[in-house]
Amino acid sequence: MEDIKCQCGHANPVGTYICEACGNPIGEAVKDKDTVLDMRYEGAARRSQTYNKTIIDKIWNFFSSVKIAVYMIVIVLLASIIGTVFPQEMYIPVPKPANIYYSETYGTLGELYYLLGFHNMYTSWWYVSLLLMIGISLIVCSIDRIVPLYKALNKQRVRHNPNFLVRQKLTAQIEKPAQWNQTLDEIEEQLKKRRYSIKREGDALLAEKARFSRWGPYVNHVGLIVFLLGVLLRLVPGFYLDQYVWVRDGETKKVPDTHYYVKNDGFIIEYYADHEFPQDIGLGEGDKVVKTYKTHAVLYENLNHGLAGAEPKLEKVTEHEILVNHPLKYEDLQLFQAGQKPNALSALNMTLLNEKTGEEIGKFKIDLYNPLPEYPITADTKVQILEYFPDFEFTEDKKPITKSTNPDNPAFIVNTITPDNPGGEKSWIFLGSYLPAAGVDNLYGFKFSMPDLTNITGLMVRKDKSLPLIYFGCFVTMIGLIMGFYWQHRRIWIQTEGNIVYLAGHTNKNWFSLKNELKAVMDKVKVPVLLEEKGKGGKAS
Amino acid sequence: MIAVSGNLLLMAFISYVLSSIAFVLAVTGKRWSDRSPEQHTNRWGWIGFSIAVIGFLFQTGFIITRWIAGGHFPTSNMFEFMAFLAYSIILAFIVIFLVYRITVIGAFVMPVGIIMLAYASVFPREIQPLIPALQSYWLKIHVTTAALGEGAFAVGFAAGLMYLVRTVDQEKSTASTKWLEATLCMVLMLIGFIGTTTWFSSMGYQATFQVPVGTVTTEVVYTMPAIAGPQDATLVTEGVMKPWFETPSWMQGLNAARKLNTLIWSVLSGLVLYAIIRLIARRRLAQLIRPMVRDIEPETIDEISYRAIAIGFPIFTLGALIFAMIWAAEAWGRFWGWDPKEVWALITWLFYAAYLHLRLSKGWLGEKSAWLAVIGFIVVMITLVFVNLVIVGLHSYA
Repeated sequence: MEDIKCQCGHANPVGTYICEACGNPIGEAVKDKDTVLDMRYEGAARRSQTYNKTIIDKIWNFFSSVKIAVYMIVIVLLASIIGTVFPQEMYIPVPKPANIYYSETYGTLGELYYLLGFHNMYTSWWYVSLLLMIGISLIVCSIDRIVPLYKALNKQRVRHNPNFLVRQKLTAQIEKPAQWNQTLDEIEEQLKKRRYSIKREGDALLAEKARFSRWGPYVNHVGLIVFLLGVLLRLVPGFYLDQYVWVRDGETKKVPDTHYYVKNDGFIIEYYADHEFPQDIGLGEGDKVVKTYKTHAVLYENLNHGLAGAEPKLEKVTEHEILVNHPLKYEDLQLFQAGQKPNALSALNMTLLNEKTGEEIGKFKIDLYNPLPEYPITADTKVQILEYFPDFEFTEDKKPITKSTNPDNPAFIVNTITPDNPGGEKSWIFLGSYLPAAGVDNLYGFKFSMPDLTNITGLMVRKDKSLPLIYFGCFVTMIGLIMGFYWQHRRIWIQTEGNIVYLAGHTNKNWFSLKNELKAVMDKVKVPVLLEEKGKGGKAS
Repeated sequence: MIAVSGNLLLMAFISYVLSSIAFVLAVTGKRWSDRSPEQHTNRWGWIGFSIAVIGFLFQTGFIITRWIAGGHFPTSNMFEFMAFLAYSIILAFIVIFLVYRITVIGAFVMPVGIIMLAYASVFPREIQPLIPALQSYWLKIHVTTAALGEGAFAVGFAAGLMYLVRTVDQEKSTASTKWLEATLCMVLMLIGFIGTTTWFSSMGYQATFQVPVGTVTTEVVYTMPAIAGPQDATLVTEGVMKPWFETPSWMQGLNAARKLNTLIWSVLSGLVLYAIIRLIARRRLAQLIRPMVRDIEPETIDEISYRAIAIGFPIFTLGALIFAMIWAAEAWGRFWGWDPKEVWALITWLFYAAYLHLRLSKGWLGEKSAWLAVIGFIVVMITLVFVNLVIVGLHSYA
């Protein structure tokens, strides 16, 4: 590609629109003499403007376009909105398969929603790809711009072609006052007081402050890239763990996918007492507001972990009162208070009866978590457990099954062996009732006493090794945002050509303050100027 | 203490109203007295500003007393949050006013703050004890920072609206004039919502419906006359208006019908208000308020709108996303879970990110930028109000 030659003789790369050497507008920028000079990237050429030949150039140019980036942001935005129209699959309130739930609950629209995959919007390949593409765009856009911008700002000259000065947004020309050199020194003093750093070249002056704010956007983009990397890192095995464990009062249970064990040393739910309400909130009779969910947890490490087949050898490593908002943390393992089953069944208290006489033969207790194969009642009487369904349900074709391993709705098939009936008689035991097996006329029955209850705590098990990186990314982003938005890069040029003094100012934000500042300085040295803010409503950088 | 805090809030509200009146007088009454118009504007502008600051102090008192009375920082339900949002808007206004000293901003921003505060009062005002999920110092950190950012966005919205009222050509009817009327009409609908809700609740209006849900029958109580009734319901209360139609079946949930009914009331009352104003004034609403902004330079108000958003964006990022993520990681074990509220915070952030890129890199200034500032705050309101009330999620406490 051919370079663009400026009238001063300097050859600039394609895409340049302010001469690198003299600051004279060149190329396309010359045409409109009255418009404000576009000062973005100091008029320097970006890679994406200079090269457009190879496939790599084309890809680079695609991702370096802010327009494309905005399009991607808008598509992600719209997709995110659609994702909240109906609940995502993970937030379906009832345990129903997705293919049924959406059409049943939301009709045709719901079915369409499901068919288009919107019920898993945020993990869909195209949504994730868009996020990745935004990530790539962040990198490419930043490199494409920061390099020329850095170079241009680093080799700024003090003296410019007057065209450059009159075509700034904030500009003024005055007739050279008497004793101008002395006044210029005073201006320099005034600007220094306002923390400008000054460069002088004879009667030309460049005052500049807060250049670092120009790097704000790039710093915040780096933070976002780090953040996205942190998110991606979670896909690496071992970096992220998401498990759940239910633990009864007093029970010690293995923490899934780790070599730790957790003991629940008591789970309690506290409610607000009447006197703790600052004012009446219209609670009905028996309504209560939960104050605390608390699990006293002890964490053990299995020292025999790694030895195949060895019994676990537990050593206590830490202890913590887990509350909502206050998880147990040990190294990178975290246990969160996440669920509760207060007063859950733990054992059934039963009495064997003679069905006819009502005579009580004897009592026995079935531990629902650990039922024995048989329960001896007297010397020649025993109850055998033939089958156990902790969470009993009939399937559609009337077969007994268990929905889970939690004893939420226990049912048993038992065989009662007595002197009257040494072969035994089979019956069903449900929660609070029993039933002779089909076709059997039973001699013995059961009486139910108050079952043993226990509290079960639900603990969420998490490991997230990428969290520090993610927080670091957030931190960098914030630094960048603060740099870029709470400071502004300001420059003031003053230059004398013959009998005319040119004044010009540029800032990337907050023209209002820059104008006031320049005005205040000029008033101070008693050279009032009428600052013209040009091209209002036009393009500014 | 609770009574004191309630009175302080009432005084803050009255101050904001008086301040708005002063600001309106500052820009409209220029030719009333023999003072020069400039002097008049300055004088009344400072009066308006001082009253706004007094109101702000009253509300600060409200927050402190309520904090003491309740034992926790008052941002735990919709009433407290919306009141705090109003507080943030006033704070953002005070900052912007001190930077730019442009009186007419007050005539637009103060009413936005008032509407927020009035909207807050629609929700139950009792101090509720904190449920376990909210028992964290992040409650005050996350919610207040997010609200402060949104307060700045509200100023950006008001300034954007001013820009449009100032610049959109009212000589002929165009898409711009129509959309601007629609936006102003939406503000009227919000006022209509507050007005009708307050009116009917002050009358103690109640209409009870029996609604079959599966095999059982539940009661749904309307506090406004039912235009849209629940499906298959029987009206139990006597002597009240019968519903005009039944809520369509695809609207889910027991309260869907009641919410739809409230929405209808808001829209209708807003439209009626709009119609009355147009009938009396015989011109567009934007045309009617245009004289107020006649003397202001469009470029200045454009910059103010942008500045407010530029100030708000980092604060919003910190409060609504970063602090939110840290708290979510502490409370729920994951920093991000695609809960509707989280998604909408992200949507708001993406929207303003797009705004900033379009403005800074694509040169979208003036009208385009003003429209985006207006739409941006509508997105904020959807996040704060619509998501909480309509979409069920982890954040629907209130």
